[in-house]
Amino acid sequence: MKNSKLWFFVFVGPVLLAFLLVVIIPTLMGIYYSFTDWDGIVNNASWVGLRNYFDIFEKGGDFLDSFIFTAKFAATTVLTINIIGFSLALLVTRKAKYNNVMRSVFFMPNLIGGLILGFIWQFVFTNAFNYVGQMLGLDFLQGWLSTTATGFWGLVIVMTWQLSGYMMIIYIAALQNIPKSLIEAAEIDGATSWQKLKGITIPLVAPAFTIGLFLTLSNSFKLFDQNLSLTGGGPFNSTQMLALNIYETAFVFNQFGRAQAKAVIFLVVIAAITLTQIYFSKKREVEM
Amino acid sequence: MRKKSLKSILLSIVSVILAITFLSPLYIVLTNSFKTQKGIFLDALSLPFGEIFNPSNYVIAFERLNFLNSFKNSLLITVISVVIIILFTSSAAWMLVRTKSKTSTFIFFMFAGAMLIPFQSVMLPLVRLMGILGFLNPRGLIFMYLGFGSSLSIILYHGFIKNIPKELEEAATIDGCNKFQVFWYIVFPLLKPITMTVAILNAMWIWNDFLLPQLVINRPEWHTIPLRMFFFFGQFAKQWNLGLAGLTISMIPIIIFYVFAQKYIVRGLMEGSIK
Repeated sequence: MKNSKLWFFVFVGPVLLAFLLVVIIPTLMGIYYSFTDWDGIVNNASWVGLRNYFDIFEKGGDFLDSFIFTAKFAATTVLTINIIGFSLALLVTRKAKYNNVMRSVFFMPNLIGGLILGFIWQFVFTNAFNYVGQMLGLDFLQGWLSTTATGFWGLVIVMTWQLSGYMMIIYIAALQNIPKSLIEAAEIDGATSWQKLKGITIPLVAPAFTIGLFLTLSNSFKLFDQNLSLTGGGPFNSTQMLALNIYETAFVFNQFGRAQAKAVIFLVVIAAITLTQIYFSKKREVEM
Repeated sequence: MRKKSLKSILLSIVSVILAITFLSPLYIVLTNSFKTQKGIFLDALSLPFGEIFNPSNYVIAFERLNFLNSFKNSLLITVISVVIIILFTSSAAWMLVRTKSKTSTFIFFMFAGAMLIPFQSVMLPLVRLMGILGFLNPRGLIFMYLGFGSSLSIILYHGFIKNIPKELEEAATIDGCNKFQVFWYIVFPLLKPITMTVAILNAMWIWNDFLLPQLVINRPEWHTIPLRMFFFFGQFAKQWNLGLAGLTISMIPIIIFYVFAQKYIVRGLMEGSIK
């Protein structure tokens, strides 16, 4: 008996140690620091109670602005990414040549890191868009990323370009699980493509929609690299999302205590999103 | 019949247009990376021929990026981290599945529950704690990747191992194998499909990760590719000819990897997302 306990900790111990030191203890320390005036340099942070939390929502309100911007961004990308991802999945699962090549192309942006993607698109928006706008005399293509609106849509485009291929993969898997006999039966009954899509495909792919929806939502809420390299939060911090806001509060303004309070709120938001997803997935499993 | 083929032609045209749209940013970056600064400014859509052709961008970018060094750092950190994650999480997950106790269940749920914690919530105290432990270096970074990678990897292995019958392991134990031997010779080979998934998911995340290395490793000779790219762009803010050449260079390894491992990457991501 004692022997098996020893083996247990030999196998589980190393990764448990890393996990505790890297994830659990910092999380607990972070909650403590959110109640202090820690400035990142001085070791002894003193207790200030709920002041950081009050300050976040009172002074300046930059966190609230970030929150609203992030929520709008997430709501938009959830729609664009899933609609485009699902359409791509439909396109590459029909009987056609070059389906595999198409899949590879649509999926490729996923592999490139967020920081590099942001730089790529910064060039596309500020140079290629501008050039085309000047050639064709289209005003709306000029001056991208210099206003809040173009910064917002710039981020939406980058995120959609990156993640639709990933969602496509998830939807392809779901589409391939639909029994062919169902589709054939509907065809014999004379169903149109639209009727087949609405009556068979979409209801049967619904569990994948839950996954796609929440995966996009939490990825959009946590976005950092693309935000940093594409707009850097500008102009005037108006495109600064939550993760970047926390980062700058700490490393630009040295207000580690306040940044940590923001980080705790961020944790609650992300946890709520993920738990809602699990709730809906489990509920569906029970129903089925 | 005719109507149907017309529709299918239309859909094919739509997918080709979409594919071109998806590739166009990379095309724009590639063509402009061979131009002079002036050539980019005059016409961002032309091909890099004639006076504006300037391949020396690549020579300069390659040197300034110190590319061989940052490539080596990225490769070493990614490969070592992934190997360590695979070895430690697969063995731990096996133990967690095979041990029926409250401690075991509690530890598993702690790993699973930590999936809820976003990186930004732990990064500030983490850097402080790791500083105290003397871990702000590549070795410490690998240790942190084990910590951050453990949750998803253990969940994936745990789900897979649950479905493996344990008769074989029992037979091996009776034959006198100790736990290490049972795991290494009997269990680990059976885990190969899920090990591929764990490897791909962790490798892609670690290879592209920017923020953790930025917080943890500060010496230029330790920089990984994303980190080096970040400072490179800060330095050459408006010199797009160098910037674009640098971007192209930094994407080459991952694209080559994609060409060879595409099948595994797609399958790995698919399984990772559904769990």
